[in-house]
Amino acid sequence: MIPASQPAQRPPDAKLLVIDKYGAITHMPRTSFAEFVRPGDLVIANDAAALPASLRGVHSATGCPLEVRLAGRRSLDEVRDFTAIVFGAGDFHSRTEDRPAPPRLKAGDHLTLGPLSATIARLLNHPRLVELHLNEPADAIWAGLAHHGRPIQYAYMPAALELWDVWPPVAGPPVAFEPPSAGFALDWRAVDRIRSRGAAFVTLTHTAGISSTGDIELDLKLPFDEPYRISQSTVSAVESTRGHGGRIIAIGTTVVRALEHAASQDGRVHAGDGLATQRIGPGSQLRIVDAILTGVHEPGTSHHQLLEAFTNDATLRRAAKELGAMNYRTHGFGDSVLIERKAHGCAISARTAKADAINGSSSLTRSSEFAQEPSAR
Amino acid sequence: MQDKTIVYQGAGLRVAITGGTSGLGLALVREFLARGAHVAFVARVAERVERVVGEHPGAHGIVGDVSAKDHIYPMALQITGELGGLDVLINNASDLGPAPLALLGDTDCLDFERALATNVLGPFRLTKALLGALAASARENGAAVVLNISSDAATNPYPGWGAYGTSKAALLHLTRIWNEELESDSVRFISLDPGDMDTPMHALAVPDCNPASLKRPETAAREVADAITATLRRGRVAGTAAGNAR
Repeated sequence: MIPASQPAQRPPDAKLLVIDKYGAITHMPRTSFAEFVRPGDLVIANDAAALPASLRGVHSATGCPLEVRLAGRRSLDEVRDFTAIVFGAGDFHSRTEDRPAPPRLKAGDHLTLGPLSATIARLLNHPRLVELHLNEPADAIWAGLAHHGRPIQYAYMPAALELWDVWPPVAGPPVAFEPPSAGFALDWRAVDRIRSRGAAFVTLTHTAGISSTGDIELDLKLPFDEPYRISQSTVSAVESTRGHGGRIIAIGTTVVRALEHAASQDGRVHAGDGLATQRIGPGSQLRIVDAILTGVHEPGTSHHQLLEAFTNDATLRRAAKELGAMNYRTHGFGDSVLIERKAHGCAISARTAKADAINGSSSLTRSSEFAQEPSAR
Repeated sequence: MQDKTIVYQGAGLRVAITGGTSGLGLALVREFLARGAHVAFVARVAERVERVVGEHPGAHGIVGDVSAKDHIYPMALQITGELGGLDVLINNASDLGPAPLALLGDTDCLDFERALATNVLGPFRLTKALLGALAASARENGAAVVLNISSDAATNPYPGWGAYGTSKAALLHLTRIWNEELESDSVRFISLDPGDMDTPMHALAVPDCNPASLKRPETAAREVADAITATLRRGRVAGTAAGNAR
């Protein structure tokens, strides 16, 4: 497998590997995704747009240059207080693991981030991880992010990504820290095709978090806060689909995380805001999602682990061989995989998802998801 | 959930207006604020944006030029970020082309290009960048609206109005095609000709006109807002009916 290094969301030759509920593997052009959708199905995407979360600036006390990456927040509406990762000099052309540490930071330190000013509220048990307070009023923060911020960049991309590179067509509220890139596969024609097949299309909003920090210790703390919001109309669509036996098809891991968390109390998705904190992996019982469209994840990564809730390890190993043999491209701008949840009778053992209410103490809950290389969600 | 009886007048709506510091745009900012909407407006000159924000507490002012490609995403980010989503987009910012008006044979290419960039490409780009937010609003509320300000010059070949009329004709057709393509997504596109108004642009185009003979921008703004809320009302009623049918 090779990393996709061009920022084309929908390259015409994008490939799709499909694993059906019996474990059978087929290949098709990704533009044929809608053929998988049946009348009565419901396709759910994450409509979060990525913030320009990378801010270059200066540590006022030392004059040292640094880069702040906004990486987490407590709610979708929060615009002033963030969990943030701080890098020293350099830019995205260096791999994050090779980036120098920032100057020694302490609570109360002032940072100048272009037109924005920020204060470090506290350190979060790591020299690069801070709680950051942006000092301007909300509208000035949005203007500052719009004009000075850049989307989080990747060393494997030769050119800098712009916002239009990382906003999927269905993207709405700018609340994610990295793009929910499984949604790159869906353009408006694809949405039309889904509906013309007698299926429905809805969205939820999940603040897809930062996927990698380049620091092993820090990666273990990922993901940070990942608030999500599910509207009543989406809940109604889920209930209606389940009522008539249609399948729930999630576009990306963030959709799985939000829906399964929202249903972790009683098996029914509840509308409103939540904070997805559970791990999903082998042994997790999926209560809502029947199939997932996602990127190409390499074995050993946390995204790959989430897929083990859909099908067994042996099937995923077979799929990995085919992905490698057929030169599927990994990462956000790569090819895709569609997995239908294994048929009953081969189901994996149940495990209760940890359900933390929003406002809980889970801001830095450790989870294995997203702890590896940036890749498609 | 917003109270639907109130929402039909505009309260709680999230509205973005381009060209919001003068003429019809400013009147629209005031009209929607008076109706209890959340309003973000865009205009080119920072000092004017600041002045309008100062005079209208609660309005979100955004500095940007719709004719500049690089301004579109920063604009879209601020609109959806500050309003927390978007229900209504009004593409009002407009460029007359050559001023004073000129016959096409006398029109500088640059003036023609600027009219197209402001009146056609800008609304296309901004709408496209905001389409995800508008479609999300429509799924939640039954409908979302993009209103493109038109002109009788879009359909009548007035001599001297070549750049403006051509651009407005293109915008009208753009509006109609968007409306066809996004019917299933319940994002409704309206083209509305507000008539000849007493605005700085009209004074530029027809300097010797008696302002008293012209429509007040406030009157046009009320008509625009009524057209939008009527469209939203139809979409919301239809959405409710479809929901009940399921």
